[in-house]
Amino acid sequence: MPSVPRSNLKRLFVDTLNLGPEVDVEELKYNGVKAWDSVAHMALVAALETEFDVMLDTDEVLDLSSFKKCVEILGKYGLEIVA
Amino acid sequence: MKSLLEGRVAVVTGGSRGIGLAAANVLAAQGASVAICSRADMPSLEQVVRGLQSSGSNEHMASTADVADSAQVAVFYRKVFDRYRRLDVLVNNAGVLGDAVVGMIADDLIDNTLATNVKGAIYNLQAAARLMQRKKTGSIINLSSIIGTRGNRGQTVYGASKAAIIGLTQSAAKDLAPANIRVNAIAPGYIDTPMIAHLDPATHATRVANIGLGRVGKAEEVANAILFLASDLSSYVTGQVLGVDGGMVI
Repeated sequence: MPSVPRSNLKRLFVDTLNLGPEVDVEELKYNGVKAWDSVAHMALVAALETEFDVMLDTDEVLDLSSFKKCVEILGKYGLEIVA
Repeated sequence: MKSLLEGRVAVVTGGSRGIGLAAANVLAAQGASVAICSRADMPSLEQVVRGLQSSGSNEHMASTADVADSAQVAVFYRKVFDRYRRLDVLVNNAGVLGDAVVGMIADDLIDNTLATNVKGAIYNLQAAARLMQRKKTGSIINLSSIIGTRGNRGQTVYGASKAAIIGLTQSAAKDLAPANIRVNAIAPGYIDTPMIAHLDPATHATRVANIGLGRVGKAEEVANAILFLASDLSSYVTGQVLGVDGGMVI
């Protein structure tokens, strides 16, 4: 199973959602910060799909409700997010 | 002169005949790689692809799919992604037409018409937008109808489905503008396609008499409007409904 450093995934969230340093990405939840609204969510999905060359199902897009959930979903595509 | 859609990828639903086929031909001729989905059988679709192939060196593809089935739509877009890794244009054309006057509208007619014409359009729009967002560019053209903007006797269900297309176009245009994806609709009038083949001569004559230009429209004329909306010629146009009806009055 290909592995992806957790820091890389966090960086993707920070860059795509334009998060400030005060945000704890590990605990990040959809709509938990102003930057992660529905419009940003679709940008985040596009960034994830492009970065990891996957195509999420609609159910997975709806289910992607937190950083931790994202780790879980990417696992379904054979990507192991490692420390 | 560079073609209008050089290097771009277009999906045309219901691309095996009528306006969809004409659109596929025009987009391919302008340099796009075209992916068609239709309920037609694969031999028929392969024949369409061979026809597209003759217009240039681009690679085209076709797949049997029922747009009313979200799972089949998802599989189709996965095939498009696997093949091209991008999507620039969606021509959301697949549709069905069934007539019934108020009082004689069966549940099946409502269910089938809305499933294909409305749910199918939304499934495709959503799947296409997902692929387009990767490159933050794209154009979606939804096929409405003059029946959706003006109504017509005996076409309450079809008219409702095509009016829905206008509502979804205007809303999706607002959703997708931040991603630089444009969404527009075309409302054809009386066009020479298999959809009007069942009309009797008297009805046909009445319809033509109500067209300002005095003739039936050609599928290619609708396709040219689709090309305009698909290309950068319309780069500042979104959320609009373009009538292609020869000045028809209903």
